[in-house]
Amino acid sequence: MSALHALLARLIGDFGATLVLGAGTILGYLTFNVLFLIWLERKVSAHAQRRLGPMEVGFHGSLQTVADMLKLLSKQLVTPLATDHFTFLFAPILIFIPTICLTSLVPLGDARAFAEMPNGLVVVVVLSGITVIAIFMAGWSSNNKYAVLGGMRSVAQVVAYEIPVLLSALSVVLIAQTLDLHEIVSGQHVPYALYEPIAALIFFIGITAETNRAPFDIPEAESELVGGFHTEYTGMRFALFFFAEYTNMLVLGAVGATLFLGGWKGPLAGRWPFLGPVYLLLKAYLVVFLMMWARWTFPRLRFDQLMNFAWKLLIPVALVNLLVTAIVLEALPLR
Amino acid sequence: MTKPPIPDALDTYVLNMGPQHPSTHGVLRMKLTLRGEEIVAAEPVIGYSHRAHEKMAENRTYAQFLPNTSRQDYLSGMIYNFAWVEAVEKMAGIQVPERALVARVILAELNRVASHLLWVGAFLLDLGAATPFLYAWDDREAILFLLESVTGSRLTYCTGRFGGLSRDLDADFPRRAREVLAKLKARWDEYEGLIEDNVIFVNRAKGVGVLSRDVCLSYGVTGPTLRGSGVPYDVRKAEPYGAYPRFAFDVVTRTEGDVFARYMVRVLEMRQSVRIIEQALDQLPDGPVLTPDSIGVKKRLKLPAGTQYYAVESARGHYGILLVSEGGTEPYRAKFRTPSYPNLAVLTDVLPGHMVADAVAVLGSVDLVMPEVDR
Repeated sequence: MSALHALLARLIGDFGATLVLGAGTILGYLTFNVLFLIWLERKVSAHAQRRLGPMEVGFHGSLQTVADMLKLLSKQLVTPLATDHFTFLFAPILIFIPTICLTSLVPLGDARAFAEMPNGLVVVVVLSGITVIAIFMAGWSSNNKYAVLGGMRSVAQVVAYEIPVLLSALSVVLIAQTLDLHEIVSGQHVPYALYEPIAALIFFIGITAETNRAPFDIPEAESELVGGFHTEYTGMRFALFFFAEYTNMLVLGAVGATLFLGGWKGPLAGRWPFLGPVYLLLKAYLVVFLMMWARWTFPRLRFDQLMNFAWKLLIPVALVNLLVTAIVLEALPLR
Repeated sequence: MTKPPIPDALDTYVLNMGPQHPSTHGVLRMKLTLRGEEIVAAEPVIGYSHRAHEKMAENRTYAQFLPNTSRQDYLSGMIYNFAWVEAVEKMAGIQVPERALVARVILAELNRVASHLLWVGAFLLDLGAATPFLYAWDDREAILFLLESVTGSRLTYCTGRFGGLSRDLDADFPRRAREVLAKLKARWDEYEGLIEDNVIFVNRAKGVGVLSRDVCLSYGVTGPTLRGSGVPYDVRKAEPYGAYPRFAFDVVTRTEGDVFARYMVRVLEMRQSVRIIEQALDQLPDGPVLTPDSIGVKKRLKLPAGTQYYAVESARGHYGILLVSEGGTEPYRAKFRTPSYPNLAVLTDVLPGHMVADAVAVLGSVDLVMPEVDR
């Protein structure tokens, strides 16, 4: 990678080389990831329900999502007349931007992330909340009552669940004494999930809600709101929302792995640096798998119960947890 | 029940739920007036699958109407089929052999369990849990195979004949039925762990959509929905018919009247049905299933002039047939009292004040079959 970077840097400069390589790697991998995750979701759901899932296309149906993608690409794009056209068309594109920015912030190995930030965690928290704007744009511009309801629910939900996510991340910051994601990992000799199990759990619940996954899939609750915010979208535009959900799952899973599970660290990762990204991805996929498992086990919460859960339970518990962390760190000279 | 006053139009908006919507179970349209996500008024709009079964009955012989019966309620068609057959038998004074009487109870109760299983799955799907749906359908499939082996059809059974059944239960049937029941019993604990002990489900279901006893009675609500509100009314006990008086079973009631109560009533009712089936399998007598002097499908059956009402307990409640005969080969009038109709009407009263998500839960909990409402 560094040799390629040096070659490119001679042609288009250092910044240009990082941009091209970073964007290429991230976009390429995320595309593959979406195909893989959709397949994984179908397999997880199938085995939870004592079925086999896709089996026909490719080995154990591994090419099924590729086939589905081709089908979606060939579908007609319908734009209802009453929509706000610009917003309607722009929303599925916008939903990707914060996610891709997020990916570039996660340190893949000891060799630093593509976009290095001294206070990366703040940027991560901010970016992870921005996707909701695209969802709301989609819901509002569709000019459909179900879509508007879905969009409104989404905003309220993300606003509520960002706070516990931030608070639980803060307790990690207290231990690590830094906002730099890279340094959080390098200071993490034991996964922080062991020090902070409550914060890890709250973070997990929070990112499940932020990615609109069941049991928090209120914005697109199909049995209530038909398709929720993406009711009016067809073909590839609908698929983009679908992709964004899965990309978000992986990226937030990777952030969770960075904060609580030791990021790129693992046996022999110091010796062979290429193992770093492998460990990170394995940990991220573990988080994603847990999210899928939850989806296929639980019913959906009601909207007001969801709000109560965040404001009356998660946020107070996260605050107390943060306070206890601070007191314990002050009282015991652990470091 | 006091309804909140309907505010002016600027404050609220109308959400059309259905007739094409994932959780209106067929072609029900709910006109919901909402303030934000809160329901201010709910109006069920029906008639999308009206097929004039009552008018059709006036234009065909009693036997020709047989296939129509199970198409009124496609989920417990066996019970509806037998209801028509038994209503005609009672009016014509046709004797039914013992074996057919007991076999009818077995088949009808199997069908009831299948219907309740489907309901459990579909109801939880409405609440957003996809996995129990597949489990329930797996169990239901075993029952459908069993019924198919006797009747030849999976949903729209037409196995009743005036004076018995069209086919006999084969020699292997009791063994296979017992196998299916044993498998079902083993599953119940799993359901309990996955559903009834699940805090999300309990929060979604408890205290939601409370139907008081008085509201139920004033609307004429019957079946598990009524029993969930604490009224122990079951036609099988109140006006016993067929071979039911021979079997011991309890009428399951809950007093809360909420969605959770209706869920529990149906789940416990399945256990009672299994109890009935097991007793019936033990007592199944030998002999023919069709009386030798039965008036077959081809011969034209004439009923004596008169009026008669016959009721059975379907999976959804009190199903009644009012037959008016003028002595001809066709009924002068056939009126069907279907249980889903009042069970749907009561929603106008119970939905205001709830959220949209609750509307789906309440709608699911009364177990509607739209073709049966519209007939």
